Amino acid sequence: MSRIIQSFLNLVFACLCVLSISVPAIAQGVDGPRATTGGAQTLEDILKRQNDQKIDESFRSEAIGSPAAAADERDQLGVLGGVADSEFWRAFRYGRLDELGDLSVSARGPAAEVVIQDSGMRWLEFREGPLATYGGYLLLGVLAILLLFLLLRGRIRIDGEKAGTTIQRFDAIERFAHWLLAGSFVLLAITGLTLLFGRMAIIPLIGHEAYAPFAIAGKWVHNNVSWAFMLGLVMVTVLWIAHNIPNKHDLKWIAVAGGLFSKGVHPPARKFNAGQKLIFWGVVVLGVSISASGLSLLFPFELPMFAPTFEKLNAFGIPGILGMEPLPETLMPHEEMQLSQIWHTIIAFVFIAMIFGHIYIGSVGMEGAFDAMGSGQVDEQWAKEHHGLWYEEVTDDTAHGADHKPAE
Amino acid sequence: MKSMIFAFLAVAVIAVAADFGLDYAGFSSQDATSGPSVRLD
Repeated sequence: MSRIIQSFLNLVFACLCVLSISVPAIAQGVDGPRATTGGAQTLEDILKRQNDQKIDESFRSEAIGSPAAAADERDQLGVLGGVADSEFWRAFRYGRLDELGDLSVSARGPAAEVVIQDSGMRWLEFREGPLATYGGYLLLGVLAILLLFLLLRGRIRIDGEKAGTTIQRFDAIERFAHWLLAGSFVLLAITGLTLLFGRMAIIPLIGHEAYAPFAIAGKWVHNNVSWAFMLGLVMVTVLWIAHNIPNKHDLKWIAVAGGLFSKGVHPPARKFNAGQKLIFWGVVVLGVSISASGLSLLFPFELPMFAPTFEKLNAFGIPGILGMEPLPETLMPHEEMQLSQIWHTIIAFVFIAMIFGHIYIGSVGMEGAFDAMGSGQVDEQWAKEHHGLWYEEVTDDTAHGADHKPAE
Repeated sequence: MKSMIFAFLAVAVIAVAADFGLDYAGFSSQDATSGPSVRLD
């Protein structure tokens, strides 16, 4: 008899165990893969997250309660207003507090209502990881290539005998615009790299206290000198765009790589050769892009540029062509800033690498090149060798009362 | 070289003018993102 009672009690206990597991799911009306957890995350979700795989978070980002469906205050749980504590914190976590009623914050600005945004960690890891690492490698690699080129090729000399007379290559306003752009660019590059690598490379060397003034000064310079850069960019574009339209001579220049790798080769070129045109258009395109992202950063949350861009790219089906998911068309204010910062830095690295080459060829890399932007006067032999067609045009125009001066 | 020196001076002048101008126009971070209940000074 006692054995029968024992068996019966075991059966009752087993039934109670099964019921204790299934009741929450039944109570919450959840079916499908989350039935066993009552709608909460599953072991599969946890394992996916641990393996850095994406999970569909809608099961919790959507579960933020409903004030509209709230029970009467006198009813059971009515005082919660249709939103349980866990649901309130989910709304907090996913930036959806405004859906639960009027949201009021003390601070101003569109970002003030966002308290948690997990894309911030992805941005920080990318900024301090691949962005800084590969950007640094790019700059060091370009410097190494230029050094190697100098060692192998040497300085590009004027092949013929110097004429001893000079010709006006760039007038005062052109040189002013160039140096306005160049001077501001160098300051922006130095301060930008200081701010990017400060925490990673400079603070470990000199300490927080010594770095702080650099960071403050660097931020001031970067924010305010940017206006000089933008003015210089506009001036240079207006002054030189007509001279930088590609023509058939550029193909000849490109065919022999501008004679950079062989002595005595001087392909014909007008005011700007194909290499200079590449630099010019590079400066214009990268300059406009870095200015746009810079303005977006300079006026936080006021000039979002990524969500509208993603919307247009999706409309044209570009992500699909590249085998990607559609790009997000709704971004948190912080995400806009993070994407702007990443874009700004990528463009900056490419821009600086390109300008390294420009500075090299305009200074130590080529004899007589600096004079064009220094005094504005170049030796006539230099002009004949590097810009033969332009030299002919200018000397034809100025044959009567020519602007030729003896070299000083 | 005068053009270069003038351009570098212009960079400095523009930077200072931008700093004062933006502050005057109310575009400082303090003006743009804080409220009366936030004490910054």
